[in-house]
Amino acid sequence: MSVSLVPAPLARLPWRLIGLVVFIATFGLVVLYSAAGGNLRPWAFSQGVRFLVFLVMAFVIARIPERLWKTAAFPLYIGVLVLLILVELLGFVGGGSQRWLDLGFIRIQPSEMMKLAIVLAVARFYDLLPVGEIRTWRAIWPPAIAIALPAALVMLQPDLGTALMITAGGIVVMFLAGIPLRLFVGGAAALTVIAPLAFFFLLHDYQRNRVLIFLDPESDPLGTGYHISQSKIAIGSGGLFGKGFLNGSQSHLDYLPEGHTDFVFATMAEEWGLAGGIVLITAFILLVRWGVQLSHRVDGKFARLTAASLATTIFFYVAINLAMVMGLAPVVGIPLPMFSFGGSAMMTVMICVGILMGLERSNRGRTRFD
Amino acid sequence: MSFTRRAMFIGGVQAGFGVLLAARMAWFSVAENERYTLLSESNRVNLTLIPPRRGWIIDRYGRPIAINRTDFRVDLIPDRVKDEQRIVATLGEILGLDQDERERILKDLEDAAGYQPVQVSGGLTYDQYAAISVRLPELPGAAPARGSSRYYPDGAAVGHLVGYVGAASAKDYEKNRDPLLITPGFKVGKDGVEKVLDAPMRGKPGARRTEVTARGKLVRDLATRADEPGGTVRLTIDAGLQAFAARRLGIQSGAVVVMDCHKGDILALASMPCYDPNSFSDGISHGEWDMLQADERIPMLNKSLQGLYPPGSTFKAITSLALQSAGVDPEELVYCGGGYQLGNRRFACLGRHGPMNMHRAIAKSCNTYFYTMGRRIGIERIAEVAKIMGLGTEYALPMPSQKYGTVPDPAWKMKRHKQDWSQADTLNTSIGQGFLQVSPLQLAVMASRVASGRAVVPRLIARKSDRPAGPLPFPPEHIANVRSGMDEVVNGNGTAGRSKLPLEGIRLGGKTGTAQVRNFRGGARSGLGIPWKFRDHGLFVCFAPVDNPRYAAAVVIEHGMSGSGAAAPVASDCMLYLFDPAKAMEKLSTLEAGWGGDITTRMAAEAQAYKAARATAESPEAAAAQADAAVANALNSSNAVAPAANAAPPANAAEAGE
Repeated sequence: MSVSLVPAPLARLPWRLIGLVVFIATFGLVVLYSAAGGNLRPWAFSQGVRFLVFLVMAFVIARIPERLWKTAAFPLYIGVLVLLILVELLGFVGGGSQRWLDLGFIRIQPSEMMKLAIVLAVARFYDLLPVGEIRTWRAIWPPAIAIALPAALVMLQPDLGTALMITAGGIVVMFLAGIPLRLFVGGAAALTVIAPLAFFFLLHDYQRNRVLIFLDPESDPLGTGYHISQSKIAIGSGGLFGKGFLNGSQSHLDYLPEGHTDFVFATMAEEWGLAGGIVLITAFILLVRWGVQLSHRVDGKFARLTAASLATTIFFYVAINLAMVMGLAPVVGIPLPMFSFGGSAMMTVMICVGILMGLERSNRGRTRFD
Repeated sequence: MSFTRRAMFIGGVQAGFGVLLAARMAWFSVAENERYTLLSESNRVNLTLIPPRRGWIIDRYGRPIAINRTDFRVDLIPDRVKDEQRIVATLGEILGLDQDERERILKDLEDAAGYQPVQVSGGLTYDQYAAISVRLPELPGAAPARGSSRYYPDGAAVGHLVGYVGAASAKDYEKNRDPLLITPGFKVGKDGVEKVLDAPMRGKPGARRTEVTARGKLVRDLATRADEPGGTVRLTIDAGLQAFAARRLGIQSGAVVVMDCHKGDILALASMPCYDPNSFSDGISHGEWDMLQADERIPMLNKSLQGLYPPGSTFKAITSLALQSAGVDPEELVYCGGGYQLGNRRFACLGRHGPMNMHRAIAKSCNTYFYTMGRRIGIERIAEVAKIMGLGTEYALPMPSQKYGTVPDPAWKMKRHKQDWSQADTLNTSIGQGFLQVSPLQLAVMASRVASGRAVVPRLIARKSDRPAGPLPFPPEHIANVRSGMDEVVNGNGTAGRSKLPLEGIRLGGKTGTAQVRNFRGGARSGLGIPWKFRDHGLFVCFAPVDNPRYAAAVVIEHGMSGSGAAAPVASDCMLYLFDPAKAMEKLSTLEAGWGGDITTRMAAEAQAYKAARATAESPEAAAAQADAAVANALNSSNAVAPAANAAPPANAAEAGE
């Protein structure tokens, strides 16, 4: 064993993962600095502070042992579900759509927490399920209900993007747990039948509009299609290497709406071009890959399912946001985690990162002696 | 192992989606980069047109008739205005705005959105501009600016000639979607020379490229291309004479046309009363407009081109030419016993002139001579000569409208009135009455042709070519005979002896005319006792110097009662101006003192009186009634002044003439 100058506890940290997270967040701060016209305020400074707080939080979470997550998985899920119902009731009382609970010092968005809770709960379910029963009906209906309940509640808010992410997160765990493939094939077939029906009967008018405009953004250049059109202009006009730092006219002159939140990628692409875009996409893919690869190294069904599924949750954020910004998906209001200005998504993803680091830490000793 | 395979599958899907996103992005930023760059630029850059500086209008000597004057204005930018009540009050105090104006500004501010400026006032004095500029810190949102506006140094004196400018109308823009037309500050010609020669004077707009935000806020200027000013238009007008003629018309309603009788250059084309084109070019107020509309002298009508009058005895110059060309010996005598008997109708002469040859008949304006001779040669010959002399036609002038008038003949009467031509019509036409209708410009052309013997065509745009017009198809001695008769009118034993030129060696030749407006059977036609609008028109055509004519002129004084009393003195003074301006101006200032000042002073006084009259109307209803009466009045007088178009002239017009 070679002698290292770095103390062992520090050297054992997953530096690759931390490096990727810090790189993405720092790049985000640079873009936010430019989006504010070359100012730390109002976005870059508070976002930086928030990131540092969440980074510390991730390190703390990383020290929570795996078994505690196992124990807490179901209570956590139920707790968040209760909060979701509470929000729905409060929103009903308050008259209108509501997505968060204001606790005075912090605003909690339960639907955001549910993205994590569903993964932990379903993973724990399969962890407890005897191996032989994986191909039976009993392996399917409890998780299905566990997914459907919060998804329906979030749909009611109404928040299509988050509902889809919760559903997808749960289904990914089911897929990884080994549910028969034909169910997924059948599910996909059923979806193609249900989707048009849902489109006409389940979606709200504004959601249906967004889908329609997504299919043809030029049909509404000044309304909802304006977002997508301006975003494409920002990305396309950036070219290979962008217009240069602080030179993005689309964002600086307010043509690009939400240029610091949901459409921050367009702001970045305008100034950094295709080069900046590929670097950022690569960083995110590497981050996700780190999580998926971790799932191969760890022991135990719970750890494996959790690692791969949390990595996929991060992937969903990135994929949906970028698809939306590039006109491949309707405008659904999913931010680019750690890059967009805002705390909710960053917190969720940093908790994911913390859990991933924790799983890596709990399993390191064992893998070494294997 | 199932999990490993499925996890790898998921990892593969994720990597694949990452590649898909990168490819999608590359499609935008590489393949479609050009298109999106263009779109981004068109977002960012706003093109603002800079209105071109309008070309000048100058007179034959290069003196300015219409120029551009730097003016100062102040606007309010609605988005930057904090406390509009206070700011409008402060600005109102500095600029002396009345309550109506202040309310107008406040209302405009309310309706305006964003960065579209609201005009507070144009035409500030430099002192007001400076006062606002130094107080800017306490006036957030106020934007003083320098612009240019059209300025006509001679004001109302050139109004009908040059017209005026104004913002393009919505109709103009619909016809021709030129964004310049809706650029603030851009003006188009609305009447007169300004309208017809708008294209050459317009110039090319400059452009300013600015960077703007999505909400229209200006970030910075990128580039500016200067405008190309429009071309200068040089008129044949003599600005000094034009102003003199307009002023000399005084309180009368009428027109003066002065021409170079060899080349056809129009030296003066005055019509009074007139609006002040300066007050039109910065937007006319309702009060001013109402006043112009209510005036029975019709200040909006260019009488020099659009006013039509029976030529009266001025036409006898044409009849004389027609007689000679038909073979009448000018020395042949006709005995005037005070009238002419046609069947059972007697056509009166103004006196018992005794034996008359052509020379004396012109000098004395003897109707009997022209009745007798005119009837002998017939209407066709008279009408033909009248057309040769320039009546009944339109000329190629850069003016929006002219009237043809009427040179009647049997075919015309049949077509127009479905009646056969009568001998009485011939008699009336011989002395310039009846159906004849001419404009002052046509009279001036006739005078020029008599004076020079050339087929002079009037022109208003100065040109290099100075070739005189070709000769008229008459033997020179025929025309000389007419000129000698006209010499006698002024300088001998004639009707206009009082209008001699007070100069050594320069004589004025002319012919008076009095045109009947209404037939009062046996009643007074010209007394001061009858209403103004029923009085006869006074006309005078002339040329000078008699020995070697250079200038010709025609003057019409509406309802001036007689040619010798009203028109000849004006014409004579205008001619005097051409030979001795100082002497003419001296005469004018004496006259103007009696009229209550020059044109500007009198117009201001009239406006004041009009306002006062409106203010004294006790209730809104009374004011409205008063306004209605004024409109009705204006309509009446317009009927009386321009009878050509609608009213057939009186059948028995025989008593006219001098």
